[in-house]
Amino acid sequence: MAHVNMTGCRRSLMQPSGWLAAMVLLTLSACDDPMANQPHHEPLERSAFYADQRASRHTVEGTVARGQLDDDRYLTDYRGPDDPLPIDVSLATLERGRERFEINCIMCHGGAGDGRGIVPARGYTTPTSYHIDRLREAPLSHFVRVMEKGAGNMPSYAAQVAPRDRWAIALYIRALQLSQHAPASALSPEDLEAIETGAAAAANETPESSEP
Amino acid sequence: MGQVFHPSANSLVRAGLGLLVILALLVLSSALLVERSPINTLVGVALSQPVPFSHAHHVDEIGIDCRYCHSSVEDEAFAGVPATERCMHCHSQIWADSPMLAPVRESFATGVPLQWARVHDLPDYVFFNHSIHVSKGIGCATCHGRLDQMPLTAKAESLNMDWCLACHRHPAPSLRPVGAVFDMDWRRNIDTPTAPGLMERNGVETRGLTNCSACHR
Ligand code: HEC
Ligand code: HEC
Ligand code: HEC
Ligand code: HEC
Ligand code: HEC
Ligand code: HEC
Repeated sequence: MAHVNMTGCRRSLMQPSGWLAAMVLLTLSACDDPMANQPHHEPLERSAFYADQRASRHTVEGTVARGQLDDDRYLTDYRGPDDPLPIDVSLATLERGRERFEINCIMCHGGAGDGRGIVPARGYTTPTSYHIDRLREAPLSHFVRVMEKGAGNMPSYAAQVAPRDRWAIALYIRALQLSQHAPASALSPEDLEAIETGAAAAANETPESSEP
Repeated sequence: MGQVFHPSANSLVRAGLGLLVILALLVLSSALLVERSPINTLVGVALSQPVPFSHAHHVDEIGIDCRYCHSSVEDEAFAGVPATERCMHCHSQIWADSPMLAPVRESFATGVPLQWARVHDLPDYVFFNHSIHVSKGIGCATCHGRLDQMPLTAKAESLNMDWCLACHRHPAPSLRPVGAVFDMDWRRNIDTPTAPGLMERNGVETRGLTNCSACHR
């Protein structure tokens, strides 16, 4: 939990005096219901106790929270292209990757991964296209590292993309790269015909975010 | 000595008593009306926020998914509100000098969080959990309305107990396919399973849903 707080104040008309006050003044007694505002803190609540006013504290550096040990599989255990991938290459993983890509990356990188998203159209640095040779040849772990650490003008996404999902997204990026770089010989005759008759536009559409 | 009160005083007293009862009822019912009106529930009332953040702008125009900013909504009770860093992902470059965003830049520089006023705030004696609703196919829009059309965030529902209960007694009509939960604009179509079909597909379990202990633990 980093820089964010929420402040709340429950109004209450539960007491008859509150009703009368409300009717007469049309103003409400503020923050006076001790049952509705108990002394414990809710997530992101403001706290007068800490200097930075955050009730939600950062974990102490080096802490391994419950469940996080599992993540080592996706973070440190994978040391290079010689190790087996920490995810299985399946349609389900690819689907998960597409979903997470559409949540976290598509506004900048665009549906085809060519960097023509809506945010660059509004003035942000245009992202590198995934279809340049350097990135086509990069191993999956390169994309995973970019999500973790950021790259140049791109911020780190470690705070919002879970380690396992980083691999799923990387896999999906690879699929995007293949889709934009398919040799004509790999196409079926029907596909070739479709392209020739101009139905190619459909192929460029961004995938729907709902079900497969 | 003659009578102090004329016989007609009897009916005056009766009428007076009647009026008193009516007045009492009026007081009570207007109290209840006030309690349920937006004056108390704040439905449709935008609060004053440090930055005039617009869901209409970010969700509808730019097309950002809810989970970019409310990333714990699928897995946790609390949906969360994004940290300043997340605004700066884009606003380090977009509208980077806008006075409207000055509080965001200041928070980013100093590390003192933005103080967003809570729009939805259940009393602390109520237990609520987002992840169960999201995973069983209740759309954000069902409870929060069309946020993608709100320039400023406001409540769409009272969050009163009877509102929760109305759905918990009979959730079937409010269900949608799990894949459509984040779709603000979802509508039933020919391919949508029937309400009972969705109950089964989403695995909705109504036993115990109206027990007091479901929400007051
Ligand atoms: C706020 C806009 C933005 C978002 C969102 C974004 N990126 Fe980027 N990305 C960029 C920019 C800008 C660059 C170019 C960085 C540079 O070279 O300065 C970039 C570059 C990259 C690169 C190329 C790095 C290299 O080796 O040159 C990869 C890979 C990448 N992004 C992956 C992702 C993934 C995966 C996501 C989603 C988790 C994502 N990006 C989300 C803006 C964004
Ligand atoms: C760009 C980031 C961003 C995106 C995308 C976003 N939100 Fe928000 N949301 C915020 C911020 C910041 C606040 C707090 C300020 C406010 O209340 O307007 C907020 C507040 C809310 C609140 C009210 C919280 C309270 O105080 O009770 C709800 C409900 C909400 N968002 C739902 C959604 C839904 C549903 C979507 C997807 C359709 C969505 N948000 C997309 C940033 C975002
Ligand atoms: C993925 C990119 C992105 C993120 C993340 C983002 N914004 Fe924006 N925001 C934009 C863009 C693009 C615009 C400009 C829209 C336009 O060109 O009209 C904008 C515009 C705005 C504006 C001006 C709106 C107006 O009235 O014209 C405000 C205020 C704002 N954002 C606040 C925020 C806050 C607060 C956050 C963090 C919770 C946030 N934004 C996160 C992309 C983003
Ligand atoms: C069943 C109704 C319901 C659904 C569905 C729902 N919410 Fe909420 N939401 C609530 C209630 C009730 C609160 C107030 C919680 C509290 O005060 O503890 C809330 C609060 C919030 C908040 C403020 C922060 C918090 O967690 O208290 C955000 C942000 C939010 N919702 C976003 C979303 C998003 C995004 C979705 C869709 C994935 C969603 N909600 C779906 C009922 C719902
Ligand atoms: C639109 C329908 C709807 C609304 C409104 C709604 N809920 Fe639910 N709620 C559900 C469904 C569906 C489930 C999942 C039942 C299941 O299969 O376990 C659920 C489950 C829950 C659970 C978990 C129950 C358990 O025993 O695990 C809690 C707690 C809960 N709701 C609280 C609330 C509260 C508090 C409100 C009002 C602020 C609310 N709900 C409003 C539909 C709704
Ligand atoms: C589906 C969730 C849910 C269930 C089940 C539920 N409640 Fe509630 N209850 C709420 C919510 C939400 C509020 C807060 C309403 C508000 O904000 O004023 C509340 C408030 C209350 C209050 C205090 C406010 C008032 O209206 O005076 C009492 C007392 C209460 N509930 C008793 C019960 C009892 C007894 C039961 C079982 C018969 C029960 N509740 C079952 C959600 C629930």
